[in-house]
Amino acid sequence: MATATLVPAGAGDPRDAVVGASPWRVALHALYRDRSAMAGLVMIFLLAALALAAPLVAPYAPNAQPDIIALKNAAPSLAHPFGTDEYSRDVLTRIIYGARVSLSIAFLSVMVAATVGTAYGAIAGYAGGAVDTAMMRLVDALLSIPVVLLLIAVATLWDGRLGVVGLILMLGLTGWFGVSRLVRSLVMSARADEFVTAARALGASHARIVALHILPQVISPVLVAATLAVGNVIVIEAGLTYLGVGVQPPHASWGSIFHDGMNSLASSWWVSLFAGVALVITVLAVNLVADGLREALNARQLPAR
Amino acid sequence: MRRFLARRLAHGVLVVFVATTLAFLLIHMAPGDPFSSTLSSERVDPVALANWRAAYGLDRSLPEQYGRFLAQAARGDLGPSISGGRPAADVLGDALPYTLLLMGTALLLSFVLGTALGAWQAARRGSAADKMASTASLVVASLPEFWLAVVLILTLAYRVRLFPSGGAIDAAMHDALPPVGRIIDILRHLALPALTLAMLGTASIARYQRAAVLEVLPLDFVRTARAKGLSERVVLWRHALRNALVPTIVLAGLSLPTLFGGAVFVEQVFAWPGMGRAAATAFAARDYQIVVGATILGAVLVVVGGIMTDVLHAAVDPRVRHGER
Repeated sequence: MATATLVPAGAGDPRDAVVGASPWRVALHALYRDRSAMAGLVMIFLLAALALAAPLVAPYAPNAQPDIIALKNAAPSLAHPFGTDEYSRDVLTRIIYGARVSLSIAFLSVMVAATVGTAYGAIAGYAGGAVDTAMMRLVDALLSIPVVLLLIAVATLWDGRLGVVGLILMLGLTGWFGVSRLVRSLVMSARADEFVTAARALGASHARIVALHILPQVISPVLVAATLAVGNVIVIEAGLTYLGVGVQPPHASWGSIFHDGMNSLASSWWVSLFAGVALVITVLAVNLVADGLREALNARQLPAR
Repeated sequence: MRRFLARRLAHGVLVVFVATTLAFLLIHMAPGDPFSSTLSSERVDPVALANWRAAYGLDRSLPEQYGRFLAQAARGDLGPSISGGRPAADVLGDALPYTLLLMGTALLLSFVLGTALGAWQAARRGSAADKMASTASLVVASLPEFWLAVVLILTLAYRVRLFPSGGAIDAAMHDALPPVGRIIDILRHLALPALTLAMLGTASIARYQRAAVLEVLPLDFVRTARAKGLSERVVLWRHALRNALVPTIVLAGLSLPTLFGGAVFVEQVFAWPGMGRAAATAFAARDYQIVVGATILGAVLVVVGGIMTDVLHAAVDPRVRHGER
């Protein structure tokens, strides 16, 4: 989709120069002034950069076991700022590499969920009538199934070999129900707008109306919902991995590093502590940004609840 | 009210039906069947395997298996548990009271504390206390359940030996205790898992409740209440809060599946013998009847909880009670 469609109609209107910038500029500005949201955003960018540049910034190789005897569960030191684990692996290195797994699972599965949910909700909301009723009944039912239990069931049925891609798909395919309800209600109200009627009168096809006139209005609420979902998914993935259901070795997410450290919590607390701190800081940063985004976009875009 | 309940019940049946169908589909989409994963096919006589499959009806057509699966589930038969040697329904039945006790306590605590905190914050919005409480609830709401559980074990069970760190009873002492002692024993074990879930629940409910009260405070009926000369305390806690409870009750009903997910992690950390722990243990043993049964039973519990929140909703909001929705 071209970026031009993101700007609501009327943004090119010369009067806007007097009244103010486009809603997106206003929202960006509001977000920019929101100090806690900016702190969260900076934190996320830092973590993402760290994850991307892992081979460059991490002091050791991710699975290197330098000295399994002498460096087993070594306390934090200059050489190993976060200490080492029971296989003498550097905890800082593992957390940096773990960021790749934790963050990519979270972002990719939310993208799957947002895409599926938007498509499903748009179809239901635009079609209306019996199609809408049937589609939403299904979503209501799916929303009532505890996702964590469902994911454990799926992991068991697939004999624990879900893999990272499988995990992303599962989290994505169980995460779209809420988004679809949100999109459906937004599409229903957008469908009644006069410019949609005008577009239809001009002979625009349904696909064109949905893509060019309706979906652009849905983007910002979906963005807020998706940001909130990223925080949730990080927590769910870490929890599942903690249970042994999620990410499997040799991959390591923050959840698995935390879990590994639990065996020797009393003697070598650093393994779990730093993984847990990474987890909490990330989720907090994501939630701060989500809160800021909601505030920034709320006034113009979200329907009053 | 009766029609409302009937409609709600029909919806509940639909939810359980969808959950059961989903479970059936997943079982059949998964690679292999119980007999290819639990018995190594090379050593077992193929004829014996075929007999086993026939005995469990796995050789029949998919629609027929689906019908049988639904009929069994409707009778409360969730199939045999491979690891326990007894019906999966029995295993889950043993775990159910513990999950209900844990979730019920957590939900009650979060609701009472969360609404109170939210209303208290809304009454002094913008003050330092409000900002501090807002920050605190945002931080707590961001904590992973198992993380908070471990922190509480380290502090309140290991450092200060206030509560036991796991299990539901003191295995050595429990049977020797008098009845009251047994209840206290269970409550002591319940304290930390319930506190973990209640802290997270309180934080998220307070965030919504604060917003809900703020939305209600500028309304006319609040001004009327003030104009009648009612004290600010009565206005806030009796008039504003009661109206602001409605969205929070709805929210609490909607967040039941999430609470369930959190309970799974918390049960595992505290070795609380509920459904979540049963499911996690069953995962390790690849006992799929139990995990599938837990999913279906979980959906049933969410439905029942949803109906209960709707009844509560009706009790609080006369507009619902009289059918003007």
